[in-house]
Amino acid sequence: MNRRNFLRNTGFVAAGSLFVPAFMKPLEAMALDELSLYKNLVVVQLSGGNDGLNTVVPFGNDIYYQKRKNIAIKPEEVIKLNDMQSLNPNMQALQEIYDQGWMTIINDVGYPNPDRSHFRSMDIWQTGSDSNQFLSTGWIGRYLDSNCQTCKFPYTAIEVDDSLSLAMKGQTKKGIALKDPAALFRNTNDPFFKSMLQNDKEHLDEDNLGYLYKTMIETQSSASYIQNTSKIYKSQAVYPQSGFSNQLKTVSKFISSGLKTRVYYVSLSGFDTHVNQLNQQGNLLKQYSEGMSAFLKDLKSNNKLDDTLVVTFSEFGRRVEQNASNGTDHGTANNMFVFGGRLKKQGIFNAAPNLSDLDTGDLKYQLDFRQVYGTILDKWLDVNNADILNKKFNTLDFI
Amino acid sequence: MSAKDNFSKVKHLYNRAGFGISYPELNKLSKKNISKVVDGLLEEPKKDYAITLVNDTESRRQMLVQSGLYAKKDLTDDEKKMRREIVQMQNKVSRDLNIAWVSKMINTESPLREKMTLFWHGHFACRNNNPMYAQQLNNIQRQHGLGSFRTLLVEVSKSPAMLQYLNNQQNKKGKPNENFARELMELFTLGRGNYTENDIKESARSFTGWSYDKDGAFIFRKTQHDDGTKTFFGKIGNFEGENIIDIILEKPETATFISKKVYKFFVNDNPNDAHIKELADHFYNSKYNISELMRKLFTSEWFYNPENVGTKIKSPAEFLIGLSREFFVTYNKPQVLIQLQSSLGQYLFNPPNVAGWPGGQNWIDSSSLMLRMRIPSLVLNDGEIDFSGKADPEDEAVIALSRIATTNANSNNKPKSYVNAQADWPKFLDTLPKGLSPLALTEFLLQPKLNDKITKMVSDNKGLRSTAVEITSMPEYQLC
Repeated sequence: MNRRNFLRNTGFVAAGSLFVPAFMKPLEAMALDELSLYKNLVVVQLSGGNDGLNTVVPFGNDIYYQKRKNIAIKPEEVIKLNDMQSLNPNMQALQEIYDQGWMTIINDVGYPNPDRSHFRSMDIWQTGSDSNQFLSTGWIGRYLDSNCQTCKFPYTAIEVDDSLSLAMKGQTKKGIALKDPAALFRNTNDPFFKSMLQNDKEHLDEDNLGYLYKTMIETQSSASYIQNTSKIYKSQAVYPQSGFSNQLKTVSKFISSGLKTRVYYVSLSGFDTHVNQLNQQGNLLKQYSEGMSAFLKDLKSNNKLDDTLVVTFSEFGRRVEQNASNGTDHGTANNMFVFGGRLKKQGIFNAAPNLSDLDTGDLKYQLDFRQVYGTILDKWLDVNNADILNKKFNTLDFI
Repeated sequence: MSAKDNFSKVKHLYNRAGFGISYPELNKLSKKNISKVVDGLLEEPKKDYAITLVNDTESRRQMLVQSGLYAKKDLTDDEKKMRREIVQMQNKVSRDLNIAWVSKMINTESPLREKMTLFWHGHFACRNNNPMYAQQLNNIQRQHGLGSFRTLLVEVSKSPAMLQYLNNQQNKKGKPNENFARELMELFTLGRGNYTENDIKESARSFTGWSYDKDGAFIFRKTQHDDGTKTFFGKIGNFEGENIIDIILEKPETATFISKKVYKFFVNDNPNDAHIKELADHFYNSKYNISELMRKLFTSEWFYNPENVGTKIKSPAEFLIGLSREFFVTYNKPQVLIQLQSSLGQYLFNPPNVAGWPGGQNWIDSSSLMLRMRIPSLVLNDGEIDFSGKADPEDEAVIALSRIATTNANSNNKPKSYVNAQADWPKFLDTLPKGLSPLALTEFLLQPKLNDKITKMVSDNKGLRSTAVEITSMPEYQLC
């Protein structure tokens, strides 16, 4: 079977002109040169609940070694950042990035009444809700809804994946998910797909059918725009071989070719390390760090690092004390990383976790994750964070 | 009324109350009065209809071993292995349970009962890693799904799945956990704005002691129950859980809240207040008899109004089950059904949160629509998927483990997955009347009214089979 075709034995030929009513005008027809300075946000999700204490290791604190007899990272192995905190040795690739001043570590980020379910806590992080509130839209989705300057384009937010995360879904606007721009371009240029969009004017008054057609037209326009803009770009950079690095390579290609996208979303999963944590997490942190390092250097060499902000989060951290299986169980507050060429506060942003003041064995959060979102929304995406987060959050000074 | 009108009405009814209808059945039922057809849908099936995939005895044995292992401090390697294996087994049985229900919906002779189960599955949304509890809750929703709403509500509230999911096990005298009480009112009965924070506090006290034992049976733990006086909606008494439920049901707001949700699921995403009031009054006066509510809905003239026909976006479950049912699809590797559900955003037994799936246009984004439009050719023509989807967060631990095994495996080299399904074309074609034209088949398969474009597209078609694949790949097929 020829996968390019939606249908086998399709008998349709694309012919005739494309009739579309004004409200569904193809995006190509819109002016695209309205923006001069372009700032990108890249969100990196670590799924499964990354153990923050073995990522940014508090080697200067004895309590850490008491609570983690079998899985603590030894002081002689860590990459020291100051007298208290250090990076996991598998994050060697990020040392250079850190030293360049392209990285900020925000300690103890969380929210009140934390939830330990992966699903629920991810839901909270992606929607930006309170822990007893259920939202059906994501924080980036609501940014798209907010009618920002560029938000009229569906490719304003791209997730490099097969399916779209809740974070990227708004009430009226949604981001677009794609792993391979060429494949999406082929699919939307399939003769059958195109024939569906021809002479299409009769049922557009009907809400839901109109919405389906609008989504198809936007997908087709976006796919053409993304493919045609990015195909000319050839990356010189070398990335490690991993699925995660491939995602970042795609993002870099999009950013460097000048795609007018503001938000990119990628994820790396497997962090739920209840059992034999050291090797598992080590491998993942290595993949993460080497991918990020290649990505940031690639952006730098294309003069895009100053216009890019990368933020990494996980749905929760893990308990301070290890469990009986040389792993860690679901916890609460966790660190976040911010990367970019124009960070205001580089290095470690706030005090290291206080391991002697715990909430029944869990870290207490110092900063609400929505303060981090709020800062990004206000200072990087140029919207009022209260419009997106439903209440105003104080901003931080990392950018 | 013309025969053609009735044909369309029955077709609409079965699209909403079930998962579509075969041509011969439609033909047969079209000769009947609509109210008789509705009666037929509401009739109890004679057979036992519970899902019995999960073996309770075996599950209880595993749970016992499991709780023993969790209580122990230092585990031997063998014990650790055993604990891991139990979790893996439970995950596997959970997936099998999902497939068992999907198969049941595809093959059922009681489509309304399964559709109601699907409705309550989203209304009383719950996740539970223990497949025995998940099956139990699903069977409660099926058994009482067309009966008394009070019985359904009480049974759901007493099920281990829900008690655990909403932390009522931790709701104890002096240390109340309000999670269940809050969701009971916010999401299950009254809706936001119809209660106060104090009502939540007081009702949480009333549910203290509602728990389940090691065999998964409901148990009222007297010693954990707060038997002091509570004030709930202005009433004062030494209330226990069921008293709270009765007081909630006395409030007509509950009938309105449920009727509105039913309306949005079965009729239209955009609520019509007058129609909802008709339903709510009827529901309340029938003492919360769900069958009466559904009879009223399906026999209302407005249910068959053009704005309510062919205008709803199918949920992923409705889409997959309807397609499989229509074309008698066999899935040789039923696991693919889970992959498809997950990629389309409705992995049954795994709702996003206690509020359930938001539904409507939320189902559709560019990637989910593209996939929906490709699935018919994949399933009906046994195509290939180049789509791996995202991991469910609850599967992260499994991924973390399997990563070790495949650290060096290159993710680009993984084989393409095939849907590996077969439609029974001879059987399907056999259901159609002799000499049915491609255009008439199109009219049968699609719920939205045909427009010139589609009419033109299929008018030159020769075969019914290729027409069917084309039609089901159209955006119009996403509506019911």
